Amino acid sequence: MAEAHPVGFQWVMEAKARGATVIHVDPRFTRTSAVADLHVPFRAGADIAFLGGLINYVLTEGKDFREYVTAFTNAAELVGEDFADADVEGVFSGYNAETGRYDPISWQMDGAYEAPAAGQRDHWEPELREEHAAFTSDTAGGVGDQAYAPSDPERDDTLQHPRCVYQVLKRHYARYTPEAVSRVCGMGVEQFLAVARAITENSGRERTTAWVYSVGWTHHTVGAQYIRAASILQTLLGNMGRPGGGILALRGHASIQGSTDIPTLYDLLPGYIPMPNAHLHEDLQSFLDADAAKTGFWGHMDAYLVSLLKAWWGDAATPENDFAFDYLPRLTGNHGTYGIVRDQIDRKTFGYFLVGENPAVGHANGKMQRLGMANLDWLVVRDMQMIESASFWKDGPEIETGELRTEDIGTEVFFLPCANHTEKSGTFTNTQRLLQWRREAVHPPGDARSELHFYFHLGKKIREKLAGSTDDRDRPLLDLTWDYPTFGVHEEPDPQSVLAEINGFDADGNHLASYTQMKADGTTSGGCWIYTGVFKDGVNQADRRTPGAEQTWVAPEWGWAWPANRRTLYNRASADADGKPWSERKAYVWWDEESGSWTGHDIPDFEATKAPSYRPPEGATVEDALSGTDAFIMQANGKAWLYAPTGLADGPMPTHYEPVESPVANLLHDQQDNPAREDIDRAWNRLNPAMSETYPYVFLTYRLTEHHTAGGMSRFLGYLSELQPEFFCEVSPALARERNLEHLGYATLISARTAIEARVLVTERMKPLRIGDQRIHQIGLPYHWGSNGLSVGDPANDLLGVVMDPNVHIQESKVATCDIQPGRRPRGPALLEFVESYRRKAGVEPGGIT
Amino acid sequence: MGVRTWLGEWPMFRQATGSDPLGRGAAVQSPRTRALEPRTREADEVVKSVCPYCAVGCGQNIYVRDGRVTQIEGDPDSPISRGRLCPKGSASTSLVTSPTRVTTVKYRRPYGTEWEDLDLDTALDMIADRVLDARRRGWQDTDDQGRVLRRTLGFSSLGGATLDNEENYLIKKLFMALGAIQVENQARI
Repeated sequence: MAEAHPVGFQWVMEAKARGATVIHVDPRFTRTSAVADLHVPFRAGADIAFLGGLINYVLTEGKDFREYVTAFTNAAELVGEDFADADVEGVFSGYNAETGRYDPISWQMDGAYEAPAAGQRDHWEPELREEHAAFTSDTAGGVGDQAYAPSDPERDDTLQHPRCVYQVLKRHYARYTPEAVSRVCGMGVEQFLAVARAITENSGRERTTAWVYSVGWTHHTVGAQYIRAASILQTLLGNMGRPGGGILALRGHASIQGSTDIPTLYDLLPGYIPMPNAHLHEDLQSFLDADAAKTGFWGHMDAYLVSLLKAWWGDAATPENDFAFDYLPRLTGNHGTYGIVRDQIDRKTFGYFLVGENPAVGHANGKMQRLGMANLDWLVVRDMQMIESASFWKDGPEIETGELRTEDIGTEVFFLPCANHTEKSGTFTNTQRLLQWRREAVHPPGDARSELHFYFHLGKKIREKLAGSTDDRDRPLLDLTWDYPTFGVHEEPDPQSVLAEINGFDADGNHLASYTQMKADGTTSGGCWIYTGVFKDGVNQADRRTPGAEQTWVAPEWGWAWPANRRTLYNRASADADGKPWSERKAYVWWDEESGSWTGHDIPDFEATKAPSYRPPEGATVEDALSGTDAFIMQANGKAWLYAPTGLADGPMPTHYEPVESPVANLLHDQQDNPAREDIDRAWNRLNPAMSETYPYVFLTYRLTEHHTAGGMSRFLGYLSELQPEFFCEVSPALARERNLEHLGYATLISARTAIEARVLVTERMKPLRIGDQRIHQIGLPYHWGSNGLSVGDPANDLLGVVMDPNVHIQESKVATCDIQPGRRPRGPALLEFVESYRRKAGVEPGGIT
Repeated sequence: MGVRTWLGEWPMFRQATGSDPLGRGAAVQSPRTRALEPRTREADEVVKSVCPYCAVGCGQNIYVRDGRVTQIEGDPDSPISRGRLCPKGSASTSLVTSPTRVTTVKYRRPYGTEWEDLDLDTALDMIADRVLDARRRGWQDTDDQGRVLRRTLGFSSLGGATLDNEENYLIKKLFMALGAIQVENQARI
């Protein structure tokens, strides 16, 4: 955090100054470790073993925050009898070895189907739904909604029943003992116990512990399960929805949170509404039935979705045509970025827009990225500098090796200069869900334009070209609401008008103040329900700038946080079941009996006047079905899920699997790696075999303070290039001796994809680890470099292959294997033969561009 | 010039007798350095902004003179950053005033070996044509099981995490209307 989010790290230091213990768990010793109370080095990719060990410690020592657990989690609910745990084998019930996928039906609770609030929402194929309907036939809804009917599972509030979640969890993690964790992770038993004691002693009524993570947790074939493991731990310890608690994702781009909320992502619509999958005879109602719970706030998905359709298609969205629901295109599986690139290489897709992203350097398997672009008909790059993804046809690594020839690359490339952050107004959403408005300071130079300008005018032009078309497929374009007011000589669209559309309007054209005003009858509109309120009262709430020193410590008058300006999610859990703060010290929001409402330092993330004593009547739906203690209001049952009966593609409880490219065997389960992971088996994406002597070392990629992602905003700047002028690799003195690596000399790193070179930094910051009877070396590689700019070097990501998590289709780029040798890498065609010789030695099929 | 004035201009004397015994401020100023002013003082206006690098969202004050950015400083009002910027945020003046920034359209024709210049409006028109052509070629009404798809796989988009919410919104909205499902960004990376 001190390296990649240094200004945010000031708050960690503030906490430390006030007595907090700071623990840094990271394979490398970094600027964070330097100021932490404890640095725990461990093996990359072993985090679920570590977190599972902590869960086991909490459960076997009885350290859970029992009142919190009974009030707010599903610990007491019984898991159905069909469920079989992963156990020694390491595979849960429902696995189909032929398809490599799980059918989650056997993971269900006893006597109820529970709908996921996120993740794999629509994996109920028709026959499963029918089967399921048998035990939820007495539902409140209409035809077709049997799958998501509210019903209560069997439970045991003493937490003793062998099938209750608490006991299931305890058995699942029983093998994750301190000794086992120590063996798998390469940390000392005492070191592990020091962490376990620190977090349990620092959790409960009076204290809370926060976990902070970044892509070191997400870039794995089990990335989603890493986060699940942390949520189980934090929920057991009562650290969710409370001040100083939580699991905090430190995201890496100015508005990567915003681009997830208003998703430029294939599988989502704005506000985390899933993109519809293709089904026979699907209409709006059957989509809602299959994808939304009937209880909890997702029960209003109809209002959120209809308001979105009204924002996009206005008067053309009517009750008669299902509010133009059929205008939305349909998914049939994974259309994530790596699948798109595979299709580019196969010439199944022809055009590509790159807007502020540099995949030739920033994505795993750079060769795959560049090969994809070389097989396009056309490519549009919008950036400030001449990044490697725009110039790959001229100076990419494959030109040097002769794998590609400029004269043979048919890709037509448009480089369009873009406006920078000072040259346009608009909002970024930061890592804590805070929208902050930036005001335009100067006009963009020359042909540079904002993306708002580009996409608005591109849309206008396309609509002009299609004017008068009678083709049915053009209706969504021609009916689209696309008439934003413009200003200035370049006809810049007014970003406030776009933000106002996102916020939404009522039937009289008034700005909506809250998503609770949205209706499913088409009388309201709103482009992203969770952002409703950002234009409350016609005021741009994201542009509020009351100085921090002039307001409370929660700072509610700086910017605007979704939803409803709440700064801590699920903060109902900061009070006990009766609505009283867990302690004076940790008071945050609480029930005020006198006024009959929730109050406190933050805006309560709960219905303002729902008393803690409220119990839902039989057959209640939406939020009415949640009791006054159901703090997790987006969940269908209002509970935090220690066990997830649905929603995940690879198991209801996190399980340790080794990375695909691991130097060691899985010491906790027979199953070596995630059996549900996603592969791309192609010559340009060869994988290093697990436990390979040819590729014996672990490497991990990371960021430096002085550079940013793929370098487009840092390698072209003088100061930053001087501060970190060259690509390097961090190796331990022991590895340097083993491979004759010289400090400040060059080293060549080799994988089944390619070989790259880096300057050598021999440092005690890297520690060899003892795993079983093996000594494991880890190598650190900052990934910012490419061939363009002031500071140049080989891209670390070229060394990586692509293998993915099945939930979110994110690549395993935070751990892989390689060899390292002293000296510079071969140049030209010799590089290809060099890499091939390694593949031969490792028994890997021939690779590269075929 | 009297002896007293002469002595008073001697830095060592000022350091020894004045309020700056360590010689790190007033004592070592010359008439020239005394007359220097920070370029922030000459700004026509100071515009409130947010750092464009990571997702912490530090406040920035953009100093503008004659329609150009002259300096970027941390915004002390921000309860997030309290006026601080990291090395990247501190370097953002050089990001926005970079001499290597490309400010005109560049075009590489198929199989071409060099960049060519192209008019912005022409480029936009050509791109619109290519979008419609790729959309048509990649169009799918239904799949082999007869399920309605109503989509195109003809082209895709990558990027969004460095852009504004309003921009992401227009990208998603336009692509959905085009039937183009392949929209992705850094959040998957």
